[in-house]
Amino acid sequence: MTAPFSWIRPEPWGIHIVPADVWVDPSRAVPRALVTHGHADHARGGHGTSIATPATLAIMELRYNTREGAVPAEYGENIAIGGGVTATFLPAGHVLGSAQVLLEHAGERVIITGDYKRAPDPTCAPFAVTPCDIFITEATFGLPVFTHPPIAEEIAKLLSARAANPDACVLVGAYALGKAQRVIAELRAAGHTDTIWLHGAMEAMCRLYEDHGVPLGDLKLVSDAPSKDAMRGHIIIAPPSALNDRWSRRLPDAITAMASGWMRVRGRARQRGVELPLVISDHADWHELTRTIAEVNPQETWITHGREEALLRWCALSQRRARALALVGYEDEDD
Amino acid sequence: MEAFAALLDALVYTTSRNRKLALLADYLRAAPDPDRGWALAALTDGLDFPAVKSSTIRNLMMERVDPLLWNLSRDFVGDTAETASLLWPEPDDPAPQDDLSLTEVVARLSALTRTTAPGELPRLLDRLDAKGRYALIKLATGGMRVGISARLAKTAFAQAFAVAVEEVEEYWHALAPPYSELFDWAAKGGPPPDLDPNFANIPRFRPFMLAHPLEDGAVDLADYAAEWKWDGIRVQLVRATNSEGRSETRVYSRSGDDISATFPELLGVLPFDAVLDGELLVQGTAQGGESGGAASFNALQQRLGRKTVSARMLRESPAFVRLYDVLLADGQDWREQPWESRRATLEGLMPRLPASHFDLSALVEADDFAALAAIRDTARDAAIEGLMLKRRDSPYVAGRKAALWYKWKRDPLLIDCVMMYAQRGSGKRSSFYSDYTFGCWNGDPDTGAELLPVGKAYSGFTDAELKQIDKFVRQNTLNRFGPVREVKRELVFEVAFDSVHTSKRHKSGLAMRFPRIHRIRWDKPAHEADRIEGLRALVKD
Repeated sequence: MTAPFSWIRPEPWGIHIVPADVWVDPSRAVPRALVTHGHADHARGGHGTSIATPATLAIMELRYNTREGAVPAEYGENIAIGGGVTATFLPAGHVLGSAQVLLEHAGERVIITGDYKRAPDPTCAPFAVTPCDIFITEATFGLPVFTHPPIAEEIAKLLSARAANPDACVLVGAYALGKAQRVIAELRAAGHTDTIWLHGAMEAMCRLYEDHGVPLGDLKLVSDAPSKDAMRGHIIIAPPSALNDRWSRRLPDAITAMASGWMRVRGRARQRGVELPLVISDHADWHELTRTIAEVNPQETWITHGREEALLRWCALSQRRARALALVGYEDEDD
Repeated sequence: MEAFAALLDALVYTTSRNRKLALLADYLRAAPDPDRGWALAALTDGLDFPAVKSSTIRNLMMERVDPLLWNLSRDFVGDTAETASLLWPEPDDPAPQDDLSLTEVVARLSALTRTTAPGELPRLLDRLDAKGRYALIKLATGGMRVGISARLAKTAFAQAFAVAVEEVEEYWHALAPPYSELFDWAAKGGPPPDLDPNFANIPRFRPFMLAHPLEDGAVDLADYAAEWKWDGIRVQLVRATNSEGRSETRVYSRSGDDISATFPELLGVLPFDAVLDGELLVQGTAQGGESGGAASFNALQQRLGRKTVSARMLRESPAFVRLYDVLLADGQDWREQPWESRRATLEGLMPRLPASHFDLSALVEADDFAALAAIRDTARDAAIEGLMLKRRDSPYVAGRKAALWYKWKRDPLLIDCVMMYAQRGSGKRSSFYSDYTFGCWNGDPDTGAELLPVGKAYSGFTDAELKQIDKFVRQNTLNRFGPVREVKRELVFEVAFDSVHTSKRHKSGLAMRFPRIHRIRWDKPAHEADRIEGLRALVKD
């Protein structure tokens, strides 16, 4: 008889499911991979086979041109991946198509969360709390200083900055996959029906979201604007890297905003020259992380990436077994 | 407290001076008395609550948060006040409470002692949200660091109530927080504060008279007198005696900041009530030579910005004031009088002033303007900044008034340097690489010499040139370090600067004063740029 959980092995470049020889979110090309979601630190091209939700596969095709070897897995569908291991994709609430992966083998249950959040998000299915023996969680915002406020408060800040500056535009830096669409959808939910102007890098992903049943309203490209004046008093969304780039010179006077969980810390906002910090994150904050561990209540918690030291300490203080995995290449500076 | 916390938060994220001014002016107009006066004092470091230290806050947190989680959080956030504001546990009973007024907060903080602070502070913190807690802790521990100088605060005040900033400056330092008289006058149309008979007895700041640069052309020496322009810091020395016969002397900088604590040796040496204008210098010979000289600005710089001064500093770098002008003396206001009579008065006062701490700025005599120009050219060897030209009949008026005083700096030094690093600017320049670090060769570049950084400049070029340099930076990037790019050592700048001094801070051992880009030498190969030795030969310490 083998030791408990010896069939699942964390390596620096991903988590290996040994009897099936399948990897979860590997950072190098492998023959068979399970992919939790479409962000570049989890998904990549070059795998022989990529098993993921249909939305994630569509995102991967768009971003990394991966058409071959795509194997769709619906939420809740049990998939035998070989070696007596069953994989089930469960909603993670992170971005469109994002999933936790439940792995079952010889009566042992392991969940790999990928990235997740518990806050409501109109662009994706909510996180499903599922019992398991080992819970492998992210910890991007794993410090008690990180509290993400209700998104409605942040959207209200954005709308009032826009109303107070009719001659300027509000330029919002937002990650092109997930964050941008969530901000747009929440603006629509708050009754904002005006044109929202987009950086070119956002266009295809927004269309993909709409094709997957997430309506985003009237969107136009900055490059199609007839004049700077047409964008005055409007909201413009661009990837964070474009905020201070030459691209922004084509805009009218801009209030620079950024939608990110890091905006909770003043120094982070100042470093990036952000005038209007919007604390909006697609990751779990400290309270969501700790609450989720308590609700799932696993025998053991493994922590993949982020501020693992603090979350380990919390587990120790609440008498939960935990260990940190030294995985490389997972970090989310722009969330 | 909510409005003050919101103001502080907005100021943190605003880099533009104009937006800062607008935010502050809006607050000053809208906030009630005396809240707005306390806010003004807090933002300009005018409040001190000795019972609350950064360690008080840390100790409070240690009782509420696991020490390891606190340390990890503090390290990540980088600021104790901010970390504490984020980690403070929300009270179990979040019953809505009325907003605490800033005035009430100040009153409670003032009443704290080291013993009562740990018990009382939590009561205040429990009533605030994260933003409010941040404001409270910053207020209590000092050091707002939101980029509000005394000058900017006065300008915002003047802008808020449409009064002259010179008048605000004149009253400000005579009043204590919350500056009720100042608001009564400016915001409510009350009488100006100087109607108060006690006002004359306070050693208060008077706005400085300033000079325009003399661009081209000449002045007639029959109408203008010339003095050396010394390279120290302009100060105003004020002594006043109150109704109980107690005298106090204060030293003010050009921006109206009270820098008395930095120069304690000047506080007991003025033997009569007066307001004197002069240059604060350190004794030495680098500027102007053996007789009547002074140490370089570099020597003075060691003494600036200190809250306490060691005995060794006082001994090794003793400060004195080289007097330019007299505003008030022996109860008489001389400001309306022409410069000539003020000068005569000042000369008459000199025998009553101790030579250890005062001397008179000498007049530079010349037959005509051409002869004066020749004398100015020698200023380089004497390491003096240049000349001042003062209209003989000019009254002492606040600010820069055309044609009364001119500063006539000597021509700058020039050196060819090679751009090494470029950094993104801020505000309107945030998409441009606009701040350049440049270096000189530490030997023969053809036999393996290296460039060592000698300075940094972000001015002296046109917008069109900025675009060209920005393009160069992007096309010649070697490495990126956040907002900084290291570039190929190819572009030569002709850099203009006022002087160069030895410095331990830089690898080259040199630091320039006022470096700016004079010309961009697109044509010049980098290996023909100047060497460190050439720059070192220009040092006048």
